[in-house]
Amino acid sequence: MDVEFTSEDQAFRAEARKFIEDNYPKHLIGADRGDLSKEDFLAWHKILAEKGWVAPSWPEEFGGTGWTVTQKYIWNEESAAFGTIPPLPFGIAMLGPVIYTFGNQAQKDWVLPGIKSGETWWCQGYSEPGAGSDLAGLKTRAVRDGDDYIVNGHKIWTTLAQHADWMFCLVRTGAEGKPQAGISFLLIDMKTPGITVRPIITIDGGHEVNEVFLEDVRVPAEHLVGEENKGWTIAKFLLGNERSGIAGVARSKKAIDRLREIARGELEDGAPLLESSDFARRISELEIDLTALEYTELRTLASESKGQGPGPESSILKIKGTEIQQRITELTMEAVGNYASPWVPQLDRGDNYRAIGPDHAEGVSQTYFNTRKTSIYGGSNEIQRNIIAKMVLGL
Amino acid sequence: MDFSFTEEQTLLRNMVQSFVQDNYDFDSRMKIVRSEEGMSREIWGQFAELGLLAAPFSEEMGGLDGGPIDIMVIMEELGRGLVVEPYLPTVVLCGGILSRHASAAQQEANLPGILGGEHIWALAYSEPQSRFNAGDVLTSAKADGEGFVLNGTKAVVAAAPWADKFIVSARISGEQRDRNGIGLFIVDKSASGVSTQDYPTVDGNRASEVTFENVAVSGDALIGDATTGLSILEEALDHGIGAICAESLGHMKSLNDATVEYCKTRKQFGVPIGSFQVLQHRMVDMFMEYEQSVSMTYMVNMKLSEGEEERRKAASGAKVQIGKSGRFVGQEAVQLHGGMGMTEELSVGHYFKRLTVIDTQFGNVDHHLKRFASA
Repeated sequence: MDVEFTSEDQAFRAEARKFIEDNYPKHLIGADRGDLSKEDFLAWHKILAEKGWVAPSWPEEFGGTGWTVTQKYIWNEESAAFGTIPPLPFGIAMLGPVIYTFGNQAQKDWVLPGIKSGETWWCQGYSEPGAGSDLAGLKTRAVRDGDDYIVNGHKIWTTLAQHADWMFCLVRTGAEGKPQAGISFLLIDMKTPGITVRPIITIDGGHEVNEVFLEDVRVPAEHLVGEENKGWTIAKFLLGNERSGIAGVARSKKAIDRLREIARGELEDGAPLLESSDFARRISELEIDLTALEYTELRTLASESKGQGPGPESSILKIKGTEIQQRITELTMEAVGNYASPWVPQLDRGDNYRAIGPDHAEGVSQTYFNTRKTSIYGGSNEIQRNIIAKMVLGL
Repeated sequence: MDFSFTEEQTLLRNMVQSFVQDNYDFDSRMKIVRSEEGMSREIWGQFAELGLLAAPFSEEMGGLDGGPIDIMVIMEELGRGLVVEPYLPTVVLCGGILSRHASAAQQEANLPGILGGEHIWALAYSEPQSRFNAGDVLTSAKADGEGFVLNGTKAVVAAAPWADKFIVSARISGEQRDRNGIGLFIVDKSASGVSTQDYPTVDGNRASEVTFENVAVSGDALIGDATTGLSILEEALDHGIGAICAESLGHMKSLNDATVEYCKTRKQFGVPIGSFQVLQHRMVDMFMEYEQSVSMTYMVNMKLSEGEEERRKAASGAKVQIGKSGRFVGQEAVQLHGGMGMTEELSVGHYFKRLTVIDTQFGNVDHHLKRFASA
């Protein structure tokens, strides 16, 4: 047993770090995700695309980097440690693998380059008001009409759909058999007449998610991926990919560093909060839980290197990863004391705006509120526990 | 032993409850929160007409002779409506200090404005460096002839943007964290040298950073004496804890009701999600947290008039309970509502946010665990 990285791996780490430090856009260092424009989201993506590093997880023939599992891990770690805005997941992590696995040649030819270059912004049309945890209960219907499908329905929680050019969408094409049996995977141009995007404002005041209404939307049948009524296989494949990397260990490490920094600057009875044994204990508890998660992830990684794919055990990474993220944001909010309360939305800040309280208190509550979503999205933590119960424990 | 309410208290509850139902539904509340001023003067006027602003004061002061239990009843119902109008700072905190410790002349000059709804008050006690220690006071009050001159900054002063008057803690003598030497002063917001930076807070309220720059006040502005202001202040904050514990009961009850209802009606996999045992047990835990909080809220409000030691312990114990329970109930209510719980459109998130602020208000769980241990 050995957790040391090889000298090749260490050289790779140095190269990765240097590349990020030399090339990451200066104006995006430490930027808050809530304040980003479409161009901001894509800036680093485009730099990586140029370098050929935007899609490390893809096979080389489609533009992947050919890195080992360990190198990919190192890359993610370095990116998180620096605090980069990662390339948009919708294309790189979600749709790309679907297209090179299930798509036809024509689809590979037009979809994959647009994902890599950042030219096409994709969004994910999965959840519906009546189909959340029970995704197969979706009702959006696609009816064949000559060379087209006509789509009617209502998608929800569509992340960053306000910027999207295209949507990959689960639709119902058949009513026979089990609900899973009549689902198809369609690519839809967001500019098609009949599509309306409505923002959903979340409790942190942000606009990340949307509702997408589809009314008699005409979609050329050539945009069907895989076979009609076989979309559920693709949907599950995609969700499996969505789960990997969700542990967020490196980002949580960075968040704990920041928490410690804040606690060093906050005072309790004249002494730094970090010197309070109560507070220090709670940070330690978090760090220990995170170390356990890190080693659990490394163990998963090691078996992946040996060719064993991430099994249902990866649900542990999602559950523990998100719980830790939530506790970090909670403790960070607590650290700033009374200054967790002020809340001046970006839009209401005039030219004379002065920050309220210490700079490090800015946005900590919003982050806490926003992070409550992590135990809900990507398959709620209740669903993840069901997966472990069924698939791992055989209950 | 008797945990029942008097007939008057039951009538009071019914009155506040129907007022909130009729005038303060969620949409009306959000309109008020999003308005320019962020509160409704009309609602405040109605509070005065209904006698809510007079409830805890003695008859000699023109009040209705109520006590902490009456405030508890009112605050719980205001909590159900997520009411933002400044009942807590005006009536409970500042009104309480004035009624318990101000001179007859000070009471005569100031209480009618509170009872009649003409004046809003804010308690300016926390400072940028003070965290939850009300005795960590850098704001200074220098004797100047008959009066005092105030200098300093108060942090996150709830309701200050709406206030006409402040009660301000300031150090007359001693070092930054000495218990003795703190005075409480009545200061007009319009006084020369007072300035505020106003802002909204995450729970839909408003607050300010309040700066005092060579603010001259007369000797009559000092409440009590020049050394024991901290005891008066701590007593007021304990009364504030009794009140926000009650307010949080309103939030938790609303969240629990909403969550149970949602889980009964929301269907996934062909059945209501409330039929899943794992969710049932979560809701049972939420219910138990609420019941334990009710108990601690009754306990603290019955003990507010006891001796200082007993009062401190009761207040800190209750605050720890409410901090933990409020967090649990708030987080679980959001979780069980799924994505919907994350939206601004549902009241769930707004109760959750107010409960989050309550955990910090007057000191968080860690602070009160320590205070309980040392009491």
